[in-house]
Amino acid sequence: MTVLKEIPEKWFPVVLPLQRKKQKGLGGGKSKKERKEEERRVRANDREYNEKFQYASNCIMTSKYNIITFLPVNLFEQFQEVANTYFLFLLILQLIPQISSLSWFTTIVPLALVLTITAVKDATDDYFRHKSDNQVNNRQSQVLIRGLLQNEKWMNVRVGDIIKLENNQFVAADLLLLSSSEPHGLCYIETAELDGETNMKVRQSVSVTSELGDQNNLSSFNGEVVCEPPNNKLDRFCGTLYWRDKKYTLTNQNMLLRGCVLRNTEACYGLVIFAGPDTKLMQNSGRTKFKRTSIDRLMNTLVLWIFGFLVCMGVILAIGNAVWEREVGSLFQSYLPWDPPVDNFLFNAFLSFWSYVIILNTVVPISLYVSVEVIRLGHSYFINWDQHMFCSQCNTAAEARTTTLNEELGQVEYIFSDKTGTLTQNIMSFNKCSINGQTFGEITDPLGPQPKRLDFTPFNPLADLDFCFYDDTLLESVKVGDLHTQEFFRLLSLCHTVMSEEKSEGELVYKAQSPDEGALVTAARNFGFVFRSRTPGTISTTEMGRPATYTLLAILDFNNIRKRMSVIVRNAEGRIRLYCKGADTVLLERLHPCNQELTNITSDHLNEYAADGLRTLALAYRDLTEDEWEAWSESHRCADKATDCREDRLAAAYEQIEQDMMLLGATAIEDKLQEGVPETIAVLSLANIKIWVLTGDKQETAVNIGYSCKMLTDDMTEVFIISGHTVQSVRQELRRARERMIELSQTRDAVKEAGMEGWGEAYFTGNGLREGDGTGGRAKQLPCPPPPPPPPPPPPSNLMDNISGEFALIINGHSLAHALEADMETEFLSTACACKAVICCRVTPLQKAQVVELIKKHKKAVTLAIGDGANDVSMIKSAHIGVGISGQEGIQAVLASDYSFSQFRFLQRLLLVHGRWSYLRMCRFLCYFFYKNFAFTMVHFWFGFFCGFSAQTVYDQYFITLYNIVYTSLPVLAMGIFDQDVPDHRSLEYPKLYEPGQLNLLFNKKEFFICIAQGIYTSVVLFFVPYAVLSDASQSNGVPLADYQTFAVTTATALVIVVSVQIALDTGFWTVINHVCVWGSLGSYFTIMFALHSQSLFRIFPNQFHFVGSAQSTLLQPVVWLTIALATAICIVPVLAFRFLKLDLKPQLSDTVRYTQLVRQKKRKPVGRSVGGAWRGTGSVSEGRLGARGGSRRSGYAFAHQEGFGELITSGKNMRLSSMALASFASRHSSGWIDTLRRKKHTPPSTSGECSPAPSCVSGSVPPLSNSSSVLGGSQDTPIEQETGTAPAQNTQPVPSSSSQTPPAIVPDSEAAAPQGQAQAPNAGVFNSSAVKCHGGDSPGGWTLSLSTVQEALFGWKGIAARTSGSNSHGPPSVAKETSQIE
Amino acid sequence: MASSYNAKEEDGHHSGAPAHGGAAAAAAKSKKPDNTAFKQQRLPAWQPILTAGTVLPAFFVIGLIFIPIGIGLFVTSNNIREFEVTATPTRDTSNVFMYYGLSNFYQNHRRYVKSRDDSQLYGDRSALTNPSKECEPYRMSDGQAIAPCGAIANSLFNDTLELYHIDSNGTRNTIPLVKKGIAWWTDKHVKFRNPGGNNNLTAAFRGTSKPVNWRKPVYDLDPSDPDNNGFINEDFIVWMRTAALPTFRKLYRIIQKKAVTTPTLPSGRYVLNISYNYPVLSFDGRKRMILSTISWMGGKNPFLGIAYITVGSICFFLGVVLLIIHHKYDTRNNSADIPN
Repeated sequence: MTVLKEIPEKWFPVVLPLQRKKQKGLGGGKSKKERKEEERRVRANDREYNEKFQYASNCIMTSKYNIITFLPVNLFEQFQEVANTYFLFLLILQLIPQISSLSWFTTIVPLALVLTITAVKDATDDYFRHKSDNQVNNRQSQVLIRGLLQNEKWMNVRVGDIIKLENNQFVAADLLLLSSSEPHGLCYIETAELDGETNMKVRQSVSVTSELGDQNNLSSFNGEVVCEPPNNKLDRFCGTLYWRDKKYTLTNQNMLLRGCVLRNTEACYGLVIFAGPDTKLMQNSGRTKFKRTSIDRLMNTLVLWIFGFLVCMGVILAIGNAVWEREVGSLFQSYLPWDPPVDNFLFNAFLSFWSYVIILNTVVPISLYVSVEVIRLGHSYFINWDQHMFCSQCNTAAEARTTTLNEELGQVEYIFSDKTGTLTQNIMSFNKCSINGQTFGEITDPLGPQPKRLDFTPFNPLADLDFCFYDDTLLESVKVGDLHTQEFFRLLSLCHTVMSEEKSEGELVYKAQSPDEGALVTAARNFGFVFRSRTPGTISTTEMGRPATYTLLAILDFNNIRKRMSVIVRNAEGRIRLYCKGADTVLLERLHPCNQELTNITSDHLNEYAADGLRTLALAYRDLTEDEWEAWSESHRCADKATDCREDRLAAAYEQIEQDMMLLGATAIEDKLQEGVPETIAVLSLANIKIWVLTGDKQETAVNIGYSCKMLTDDMTEVFIISGHTVQSVRQELRRARERMIELSQTRDAVKEAGMEGWGEAYFTGNGLREGDGTGGRAKQLPCPPPPPPPPPPPPSNLMDNISGEFALIINGHSLAHALEADMETEFLSTACACKAVICCRVTPLQKAQVVELIKKHKKAVTLAIGDGANDVSMIKSAHIGVGISGQEGIQAVLASDYSFSQFRFLQRLLLVHGRWSYLRMCRFLCYFFYKNFAFTMVHFWFGFFCGFSAQTVYDQYFITLYNIVYTSLPVLAMGIFDQDVPDHRSLEYPKLYEPGQLNLLFNKKEFFICIAQGIYTSVVLFFVPYAVLSDASQSNGVPLADYQTFAVTTATALVIVVSVQIALDTGFWTVINHVCVWGSLGSYFTIMFALHSQSLFRIFPNQFHFVGSAQSTLLQPVVWLTIALATAICIVPVLAFRFLKLDLKPQLSDTVRYTQLVRQKKRKPVGRSVGGAWRGTGSVSEGRLGARGGSRRSGYAFAHQEGFGELITSGKNMRLSSMALASFASRHSSGWIDTLRRKKHTPPSTSGECSPAPSCVSGSVPPLSNSSSVLGGSQDTPIEQETGTAPAQNTQPVPSSSSQTPPAIVPDSEAAAPQGQAQAPNAGVFNSSAVKCHGGDSPGGWTLSLSTVQEALFGWKGIAARTSGSNSHGPPSVAKETSQIE
Repeated sequence: MASSYNAKEEDGHHSGAPAHGGAAAAAAKSKKPDNTAFKQQRLPAWQPILTAGTVLPAFFVIGLIFIPIGIGLFVTSNNIREFEVTATPTRDTSNVFMYYGLSNFYQNHRRYVKSRDDSQLYGDRSALTNPSKECEPYRMSDGQAIAPCGAIANSLFNDTLELYHIDSNGTRNTIPLVKKGIAWWTDKHVKFRNPGGNNNLTAAFRGTSKPVNWRKPVYDLDPSDPDNNGFINEDFIVWMRTAALPTFRKLYRIIQKKAVTTPTLPSGRYVLNISYNYPVLSFDGRKRMILSTISWMGGKNPFLGIAYITVGSICFFLGVVLLIIHHKYDTRNNSADIPN
């Protein structure tokens, strides 16, 4: 019951008789149906014709039940659960009088209760499904019927109808686009809901239909579409349109799929091809795999064992019964004859076996599953309610979409993370640039005053307010009119494929295909070169306040091979110029030789930028003469028109003109990390969780991000890169990496033993990305003082387990494909698992899933996959736990996920707080649950030996009925829901607290046996103490106490009290609710017992309430109470002693933390908690010093968009007529931009509405667009603001030259004043900062801490770190200071 | 079970499509969870920890409470005189209770326990003539309903015991045995009732037959006393209160104290006259007769006292041992810091 999507098809026949008729038999008849629908024929506007095929209607039914079918279907479903069937079986057994050892209601009451709870839950679920179904089905759409547009509900839309869609409307069914209000039958859709991609897509109708235009023509349209049957391929459609005796091929390009939203298009008409369940959206919403937690599986195993145990006990007692009936019973027949059908003792024993199965069935607790569900539900609500996991920027709270996995969150060992959108914000910010050999955007003095964010408004009214830049020299340079700078920004404002939208004057919104482009164009905008609008042939800008229009002669589009794009424009003076931007590697080759000097300087800058983890682009221009242009234009046209090898010829043509360019400079864009990513990763690795990054990005980008989020550090012993293209080379590289690891770790160990002197040298290799090959050779030259002792030859796997030292592995998609092959996967696994960090780049979505499966298969570890995009869905689905980042790209990942929240950093809270608690609570719950049921049930076993193995119960039948569901259910539920061992901020402070979950220490088979043993012990005490006391005792009036009813009441009371005391011992966190539950349960026991033993009930049903008067009579006896006290003491004292010893001698970390908590509370209650309130961490910690790694320059031509967009622009297809008109209007009256401003102000609002096609789509409040708007500067300010307070903290970063042990910056916290070892210091640092955050209430920044502390926390030896990085850094000293450049 | 649902989830649609007016206002509303102690799991709570400061005193306290109680119980129990069959009477001035005991008699057998009809015993007319099926095979006899039906009633203990004191002259003095007040009050006054009141039991039980093992019908159990006859005959009630264990005793008669000074059973020779009706040898059973006095805590019960003393001592001992261990091997430092 995870996501609503998983609607079992099997329910359709039951639920939808209508549909069933139409689909002609499901399940078995499926093949028949497929055969039937080999192709789909749809004739427009001809309902009668289409009726023949009985296509599914557009009514969607995701609900399982209706009012009539609910009961039978739900019950049928519930009895498919083994447990329920088992209890039903018991119920049937109880109806046989010879077997029945208990009244039927002892089973039926709990069973009914469990069934009711589940049914209520299912009904609620289904109610919401009905509601949402209705909501969807009752949406209005405009259907063209007999030439008139009529409003119809979605569910009444039929295949073959023509419907009209308006802007921002959801597409109601899978439509064939017929015509649109836009030229060329174009329309734009947003497919985020469908595939998670946020960029808009263009759809175009077949030209013949696009000419139809208005509805009158359309109503007479009677074309027939023949196409493929319904399928789930989102990106494929093939069909043919037959109209007026002509054939037209239809592709996916002509289709509007259900779930998309129409954007930027006033209206369009479409023909319904697939409706309702046949739509690609519904076909895609397959059943998700039902995930089970390891505790679930363990629980099932244990229940099976218990069942086996139950059978064993049954057999023992049956044998006992046989013996007894033979030896005693047969003689006793004068008083107690056998039941009529029984004629021998063996048959008697057989019956007795079943009788015992009935009374001992409570060892398999019926309420177990339902209680577990309730507890998990509670935990899920706590996750949903957690304010610390609420992101105020995106207004999304965390959501537990699956309520069945919570405790597994406490056992995660591997995290697989996507990069873009998960670790990074997918926000690009223009960070630095190099113009004509001068670099801008540097923070010159990290220790100096915080540089101010530049205010562009006085200079440029069109500036984007969200744009951040800190270096005012650049602005000065623009202002004074530096030609290079101006040309630089002119290029940025012209050379791109961004579309602009100007809703009202000055309110520009850019729609960029990739965030990089958006960032660049926005930068140009702020520095005075504002891109205003474009037509197919012109680009209108405002340059330093003056409007300018350029004639766009050509767009030399981007593609992956060219890695650059150019535009050729003619300016107002008629000069033709080519502007080009592209990857430096590509572009620098194509420069005019006179640029050499500048190239060198720029190249240095590029290296610096790359080292800082920025994405770089080089910019250049070339002046063209009219002749050159004419000549090239001709050849280009030739190439364009070529029918064969068009691509190649175009490329050649482009190549021809992109030569001899003049370098302008370079840009550097920061791929912003999400808030708190490095800290989260640090904390998670402290919690012994291994993090693997799986990204589709390039190796450079991935490694880069790896460094900036501190997965990779310069302190790492070695970083291996596997990039082989053949099986052999991959195998070899892996092997070398392993050999090297073993070698290094042996050296390390040896060095450690040899003493501290040696280990500086041992670290000499330190960092440095080294290609896998060649490693072996160099390793032999290790000048390590004590040569590695000849290793005793243990098995290599063993060696790999004991790798010490920090390694990282980077593997790319090609190599991964080989590494994942069956014969190499173990090799890959052992290598990868010995590494602290693993980064897989250029992986496909499928490979992501394969990697997860690999770990799942071989490691028996709990895996968690986190991602945000459609490409992460496979990984999210295959991991044990899938987490979706909500609010960035579409919702596909979220839909597939089990948990969703909006920030990566919430992961630490999800795991370390919620997961840990859930695991702890669930374990404690299970331990106690099994204990209490064994204590309860096993008494019957002992009693069997004294009642002739006759399956006589010890307790009153009502007690048996109510024990599990009333008397003992609430306290344990309260504990299972509310218990805490340490408070949340403590578990974040001490990530090591997470380890018991990973090692599965709190509930495993051993713990289970301990619980069971304790339960059995308790049952022995509970039976034999009353036995010994009561057998000879008598009341004070002489009446013996050894009668059955007194015995039953005494034992039951003792049991209830003992298990209550036990739960009191187990509960570590006594909230009001716990008190109410524990005391309430005890109270309810006595109340109910007195009520059931009352005279009034007996008078009404004398045959049902045999125990009349027993409660009073028994509980008035002091002996009974003495017995209960004695039994309680005997049961509890050993437990108490044992627990105390365990706590005293072998305290767990959680015990210690708890204890210190207590001590602290006692020590200083009055101390305020405001220490370090100003201590806010950085939003995105500045990049680490990467220069030391010798500048693997990362040119980040990260245009995510597809090629071909340039063509769309030049063809003008994507231009609106109105906007073109406006543009030409603007250019005609270009008498000055102030003038234009005024003019536009006077334009009536209706025009402006018309001009900007999607008014609502511009406003940031529309959810699907919020992403792009934030990219373009919608909400950039927030993270930056957070950074402002953090400069002092950052400044404490170790400067490479200092080798002294700098104490962490956070000592001001008074708690840290206590003497702590050096090793503790980092922890204390981490912890205090988190504490600060916890008390900070709802600070969205969450807890963040200085990079230095994390580094220290992670890698204890700072001296070494400093030394190595110092020795290896060959960048200029100023580079070292850049570390905190963000401010 | 996903905990929140909307149309968007299953169909990929936003619940409030942007086209709808007012959706924007709803979207603008913050979804921030409430900042309540409950939802944020910050409820004030008592967090007990098992420290030496709490556990060790607990052990000593338990020890200190249990040992005196145990001694008290032991002493009390020892003051109670209890005698089996050939008993020496006491000088006790309190009531003396006379029990019969049976061994190896499975009154707690499941089929035995359920073989009764409480409605019938409650005087229900219809149940009288049509007893519950549970009573099989002692439900009907010769076409007539058995009253009282069932195996329990059928196996009613029917030996009679008489106690004589032989005084110094050698004369046999019958010791008066009180046969009322031996059953639970609720049994006598609530649970058991004769059909149609206590008048004319013969008529009330007409149409029923006596249990097969019985010699006389139920309305003849004690013809002398209408308040002790029929279903409310106390011997019958006592028997019907089934024992928990196969070896049990039931109160038979009470020997009431005579005066404050005179012993209830003066020393001397006594004769127990048993009319043997009840066969037990067939199933290897044993019969006993017990005379006992009673204290505040009931009958003689040495186990309880000894158990209390033992448990108390163990607690005390454990307390000492744990204290030593705690002092010797304590690994927990008492500062507020956590060693790594």
